[in-house]
Amino acid sequence: MRHRVCLTVNGKAEEFDVEPRLLLCHLLRAYVGLTGTNIGCDTSQCGSCTVLMDGKAVKSCTVLAVQADGCEVTTIEGLAGADGLHPVQQSFWDNHGLQCGFCTPGMIMTAVEILDRNPGATDAEVRHGLEGNICRCTGYENIVKSIVAAGARGS
Amino acid sequence: MFPSQFDYHRAASVAEAVELLSSLPDAKLVAGGHSLIPAMKLRAAQPAALVDIGRIPGLADVSADGDSLVVGALATHAAVADSAAVRSGCPMLAETAAAIGDIQVRNRGTIGGSLAHADPGADYPAAMLALGAEITAVGAGGERTIAASDFFVDILTTALADNEVITSVRVPCVAGGAYLKHRHPASSYAVVGVAACVGMDGGNVGSCAIGINGVTGKAVLAGAAAAALCGGPASADRIAAAAGRVGDAFDEPLGDLYASGEFRAHLAGVYTRRALAVAAERAG
Ligand SMILES: Cc1cc2nc3c(=O)[nH]c(=O)nc-3n(C[C@H](O)[C@H](O)[C@H](O)COP(=O)(O)OP(=O)(O)OC[C@H]3O[C@@H](n4cnc5c(N)ncnc54)[C@H](O)[C@@H]3O)c2cc1C
Ligand code: FES
Ligand code: FES
Repeated sequence: MRHRVCLTVNGKAEEFDVEPRLLLCHLLRAYVGLTGTNIGCDTSQCGSCTVLMDGKAVKSCTVLAVQADGCEVTTIEGLAGADGLHPVQQSFWDNHGLQCGFCTPGMIMTAVEILDRNPGATDAEVRHGLEGNICRCTGYENIVKSIVAAGARGS
Repeated sequence: MFPSQFDYHRAASVAEAVELLSSLPDAKLVAGGHSLIPAMKLRAAQPAALVDIGRIPGLADVSADGDSLVVGALATHAAVADSAAVRSGCPMLAETAAAIGDIQVRNRGTIGGSLAHADPGADYPAAMLALGAEITAVGAGGERTIAASDFFVDILTTALADNEVITSVRVPCVAGGAYLKHRHPASSYAVVGVAACVGMDGGNVGSCAIGINGVTGKAVLAGAAAAALCGGPASADRIAAAAGRVGDAFDEPLGDLYASGEFRAHLAGVYTRRALAVAAERAG
C-alpha cells in the first residue's frame, strides 16, 4: 500500500507517493535529491542525518516519511539565505569547525536548535546539546567554538 | 537499512486506534517511533501494520490538576522537560525527561511510548515508581487506570493488553524528588538510574520512595532502603545507611559487556545515596 505525503522542503511544497517504510532521510536524498543530509550510523546514534522538522532537530533516519506528512522540513541546503551563509554555517567556516565534513550538516542543524533555544549557550551547554552528534575527525573543539561564536555574534 | 514491509494507518482518535489494533493482525502502535523504528530497521520487530497515534488531538497536553500533573501520552520528552507546570510542580519529572537521550531523541520520543516499551535502561520507569504515578489506558473494554507498581511486569513487558493505548499519566506533585543516572556513554540509556522522593515531617523523614532502573529486567522500588530512611533526620550517615540497603530490591541483576550485574548493583547504591541527598535538600 502506497501513501501520498505532502512536505514543504526548504520552503517548497511537494507531494510524494511513498511506501510506508520509506525513511525521511531516504526521501530527502533519493526523491528530493538533497544529499546534504548524510546517513552515518543508520542506527539513530550519530546525528549526521539531523534535519529540522517543524523547527525541531530530528534524526531523519529514525522518522518515517509518512510520519512527516504535512510538516515543514529544513535541510542543510535550506539554511543559507539570499544574502549568504547562515550565521552558524559562516561560523563553522571562520572557526575551522570541520575536517572531512561528513558530520557537519547534522552538527549545524543541531546547532541551529541549540542556539534557537539558548542564544548565549556556553561551551558546556553546547557540548551537552551535541550529545546526539558524533564527529570522527575534529575532537569537537572547533565545532564547539564555532557554535559558541555564532551564538555570541547573533545575540 | 529500512524496515520490512508493513501497512500504515493513521488513527484520528483513541477509539479508532483501539479498533484498528483489535481488527488488524499483528499491528503495532507507533508514537514517536524512537524505540520501534530502530528495532524495525534491524528487523528485530516486523509488524504487519503500524497504527500511527502521533496526530491524535489533545494527547500531547501537559497540565496541572490540583496537586497532580496530567501528562498526555504523546507529550515528548522535550515537552515534559520544558513544561513550566512540570518544572515547578514536580522538578524530578522534568529532570528525568531532560536526562533522556539527546536533543533529537527528546524531540520525537514520547512518555507513552517509553512506558509501553519498558526498556530496562529507560529513565521514566524509576521515576514513575518513586512518584507513585498512575497510567491511564483505553482498550476494547473501556478505560482503566494502572498503578506504576503494577504496570512494569518484566523486561520489555507491561500490564497493557495488545489492543490497549496509554492516553495519559497522572503524577503527584512532589517537591522533594531527584533523578540521577549513570549514562551509558554510547547509547545514553541509563546503566543505572535512581529516582528518589523524600517528604519531611518536622525534622524527620516522614516518607521516602526509591525507584531504580538499569539493574534488573524491570525498574523496581527499593522498599527496604526507603523504609530505613524514615523516622529520623536526613543526615549523611542515615542516607548512606539507607542506600546500603538497595541490594535487597534486586533478585537478579543483569550484566552486559559494559557493566556486570555486580557493578550495576554497586552503582545503584552510590546513585541512591546521591539522589537521596538532593531529594532531601529539595524537600527542605
Ligand atoms: C539514540 C537513542 C537514545 C535513547 N536514549 C534513551 C535514554 O537515554 N533514556 C530513555 O529512557 N530512552 C531513550 N531512548 C528511547 C526513547 O526515549 C524512545 O522515544 C522511547 O523509549 C519510546 O517512545 P516513542 O514515542 O518513540 O515510542 P515508539 O517507538 O513509537 O513505540 C515504542 C513501543 O511502545 C508502543 N506504544 C507507543 N505509544 C503507545 C501508547 N500511547 N500506548 C501503548 N503503547 C504505545 C509501541 O507500539 C511500541 O511497541 C533512546 C532512543 C534512541 C533512538
Ligand atoms: S544516520 Fe541517523 S543518527 Fe546516524
Ligand atoms: S568533520 Fe569528519 S566526521 Fe566530523
